[in-house]
Amino acid sequence: MQTRIREKVVLRVVGKFVIPYVLLFGLYVQAHGDFGPGGGFQAGVIVAAGFILYALIYGLEPLQQIVSPTAVEIGITLGVALFAGVGIASLLLGGNFLDYDVLLHDPVHGQHLGIFLVELGVGITVWSVMLAIFYGFAGWKPSP
Amino acid sequence: MTIPIEIFLFIFLLVIAVAVLRMTDLFAAAMLTGLFSLVAAGLMLLLDAVDVALTEAAVGAGISTVLILGTLSYTEETEALMRRSWLPLVIVGVTGAALVYGTLDMPHYGDASAPIHQHVAPRYLYESESEVGVPNIVTAVLASYRGYDTLGELTVIFTAGVAVTVLIGAPRHRRDRRPKGDKR
Repeated sequence: MQTRIREKVVLRVVGKFVIPYVLLFGLYVQAHGDFGPGGGFQAGVIVAAGFILYALIYGLEPLQQIVSPTAVEIGITLGVALFAGVGIASLLLGGNFLDYDVLLHDPVHGQHLGIFLVELGVGITVWSVMLAIFYGFAGWKPSP
Repeated sequence: MTIPIEIFLFIFLLVIAVAVLRMTDLFAAAMLTGLFSLVAAGLMLLLDAVDVALTEAAVGAGISTVLILGTLSYTEETEALMRRSWLPLVIVGVTGAALVYGTLDMPHYGDASAPIHQHVAPRYLYESESEVGVPNIVTAVLASYRGYDTLGELTVIFTAGVAVTVLIGAPRHRRDRRPKGDKR
């Protein structure tokens, strides 16, 4: 099935055209989550969908050259660590766990920074987990 | 105003669900489940749940369809015929009837005096602008007021990712673990 898809010229050209916009929209949803709908979870899934589309059209190997399975595994941990790290940072600065008020001098600015970092952590982990599951399924070979 | 569109989409959902059930071609059934998610995302959009609609469209219609297709490439293209039994239909019917019975006691859709709108919702709606300063209240609730819950959810996703990686992770792991002389 994979080789048949890869021979389609229309798919390759349209894919090349669409993927940048998918990634850009994902970044927009990530960064604009404070003001519009969206946030880390949605952004992570959308960006991962863009990467998976790339793998569907051009194959798994080229994608794994861009994002190695090791990078994906690091990303899974990095996002959760960032989220929990914000909580611990607010603990060390004298607030409660995940109380962003103390992160900066102004409580509202602290909230902005905390929400941005936390959403970033969510986005990184969701993106990595989606790619990890895709890598698992796409690279899986039934044992003989 | 949107009620006719909602009814139309719900009928469409029902038609797709029945079509998926009756279809023996698994490839077509997989594509139809993606379409089901897309219609469900449209319904979420009509209910003003744009965040859920985004997620449903990206996960349900996008990634899980790809995963189902990936699974299909390891199995048959058509469904194996099974002996028809009425028991599953009865179970589904009873469960559905119980769920509908459960909704009878619930407040009406959009009712402002519903208990869920009386507890902490007013504080989120009126105070979040000065306390958090984020115009999107959904984000303020998810990331700030309910930060613990979101951290827990993220840990669930983290666990799922780790479990999949450990169970069927990238083939590179298997190559690493093989003894040196083994050339399989």
